[in-house]
Amino acid sequence: MLPKWFNDWNRERPTDIYGPAILVGGLGAAVIVAVALVNFGQPFKTESMQTGPRGTGMSVPEFVVEVKKADPTLEEYYTEEVYVPEGGEALAKDVYQNVQVLGDLTEDNFNRVMNAITSWVAPEEGCAYCHGDVDIEEYGKDDLYTKVVARSMIQMTQSINEGWDGHVNANGEVGVNCYTCHRGQNVPSDIWFKVGNVTEATAGWAAVQNRATSLSQYTSLPSDALEKYFLDYEQISVHDLEAHVAESPAEDGVRTWQDAERTFSLMNYVSNSLGVNCNFCHNSRAFYDPEQVTPQWSTEQLGISMVQEINADWLVPLEDVYPENRLGPVFADAPKAACKTCHKGYQQPLQGMNMIADWPELATTGAPVYE
Amino acid sequence: MIYPEYQNIFTQVQVQGPPEMGTETEAAATERGTSASFSTLVGWLGNAQLGPVYLGWTGMVSVAAGLLAFNIIGINMLAQVDWSIPEFIRQLFWLALEPPSPEYGLSFPPLNDGGWYIIASFFLLVSVMSWWARTYLLAMEHKMGKHVFWAFGAAIWLFLVLGLFRPILMGSWSEAVPYGIFPHLDWTTAFSIRYGNLYYNPFHALSIVFLYGSVLLFAMHGATILAVTRYGGDRELEQIVDRGTASERAALFWRWTMGFNATMEGIHRWAWWFAVLTPITGGIGILLTGTVVDNWFIWAQEHHFAPMYDGSYGYEAYGSYDAFIGKEN
Repeated sequence: MLPKWFNDWNRERPTDIYGPAILVGGLGAAVIVAVALVNFGQPFKTESMQTGPRGTGMSVPEFVVEVKKADPTLEEYYTEEVYVPEGGEALAKDVYQNVQVLGDLTEDNFNRVMNAITSWVAPEEGCAYCHGDVDIEEYGKDDLYTKVVARSMIQMTQSINEGWDGHVNANGEVGVNCYTCHRGQNVPSDIWFKVGNVTEATAGWAAVQNRATSLSQYTSLPSDALEKYFLDYEQISVHDLEAHVAESPAEDGVRTWQDAERTFSLMNYVSNSLGVNCNFCHNSRAFYDPEQVTPQWSTEQLGISMVQEINADWLVPLEDVYPENRLGPVFADAPKAACKTCHKGYQQPLQGMNMIADWPELATTGAPVYE
Repeated sequence: MIYPEYQNIFTQVQVQGPPEMGTETEAAATERGTSASFSTLVGWLGNAQLGPVYLGWTGMVSVAAGLLAFNIIGINMLAQVDWSIPEFIRQLFWLALEPPSPEYGLSFPPLNDGGWYIIASFFLLVSVMSWWARTYLLAMEHKMGKHVFWAFGAAIWLFLVLGLFRPILMGSWSEAVPYGIFPHLDWTTAFSIRYGNLYYNPFHALSIVFLYGSVLLFAMHGATILAVTRYGGDRELEQIVDRGTASERAALFWRWTMGFNATMEGIHRWAWWFAVLTPITGGIGILLTGTVVDNWFIWAQEHHFAPMYDGSYGYEAYGSYDAFIGKEN
């Protein structure tokens, strides 16, 4: 294909072209990579949040591109400033029928809250999602389950902001409102149901684990951790607090390695819910030691109690109100909440945005303070 | 291109010819296999000759019992996924045959709550012990020392501690290790966490030293021998009693490097003891856990080798969450 003189010329002058080619190619690629790194930055750069004293290795590392990215649901958040009452306005309970919880709000503020709830929970269905496709005069009726649930959820939100101030306002005023869980969806993401035994062929300890389920965070750890700790109030800690203890795993109440696995399963869930590692709360060399934990650990303790209360007092009692398609697949139980239902993978839900600044009506079970 | 043969990961010398059938003994005549073949592929990794296999009665018992244990475990896993092969493949790394629930203690539990585990463990025990006997009998047959037998015994010690001695001392079969890929790793983590962090167990520390030490010695020895192969250094046994330039150079290299060198004999004693002490010390550490010591971290504090680190913990001490996610400076 090439002319004869060219091939002859080449044959007579044998030259190692591969060595220089590799050298030039290698150097060229290095230059391109170096220029790209200088101009565009290192794509896998990490940043670490130190959480404990030097020497303990306690830190939470994150990819910069991920940690600096704003939570996409922040953009969809709807909020509206309060109408500070000047006295003499008509109250919701006088204007509308059957306003059991927010009746003492002025009409403007009541409509403001109703409007916001619509955009937080049912942006597509609108008012009809709870009130039905009826005239506004009939909005007082309680014939849709969604409205009964919504009322209970408003009370729950007030109760959380008031009673669990230590958790939801632990690092500055954040609080919760409907959007913290719902994020524009009728049913919040990351709710959970009881799953019970995951095999039929086994009984006892073997029956609740060794299957990749969402409740085990796709590990082979037990799938019943949320149920045992958040519904049944079982003990989470597994350690002996003395070097030597006389006990046998066959005795009732003695903590076993099986209990440690269930705790580990729960801790995996908490880690994934908050997008953190063990060191966010614990010094991993002594998980149990309350002298070597971060302040976040105490916040988390409160959070666990809060989740237990939310489930016991607010969510489980709604079981009879829901239609069948809202109930759990195995036990037809009411949907339940836990860490991830609010946090959605962030250390603070919605990256610490203040959710009650504009919503004093949802921040207290008493009369709202307008400022 | 420079392509020195000693920089190859594969064996460079292969011998293929009439198969070497081994010493003719009375037992060998009846118990040894009769077929042997050659494989070039196998020759890249070691001896090109495959066979004859000398299974013997101990080998037969071992393979049969081992197969039974393996099948009991596998069929139990299959039952857990309702006999679905695709699900079995999908969940294989998650599945396990678990030891009994704690409440059964040392009694025989129901089959579906650890009973099958006990049966499988029994057959596994028979299989391993029979194979152990085999290492002794075959060494006898060749009039060898019993070094392999004792080394395997060290591994068996750890195996027995995990599955037999410690559960008995703890008073419950539930303490044994599950048979499953991820589940046995979960057990390891949970075991460490339950007893206050196994890294503060000095025997666990010793075991790690010998394990990593074995790796280091193996790499040093392999590298040294390959490096002096050109002077006949790979004839290690001859070099023990008839030291040549290969040994001299290897010895000098290490003496110049670190002031001390092993000998052609000594390095093998180092390697054997490091390997053997790994499971021996590890087994002691496991046996003491939960029986003698219930919280290794506290034990370490009491014995003054868990230093406390002074300093603050948490958000406020090292910057805020807002700063971390880039919302403020």
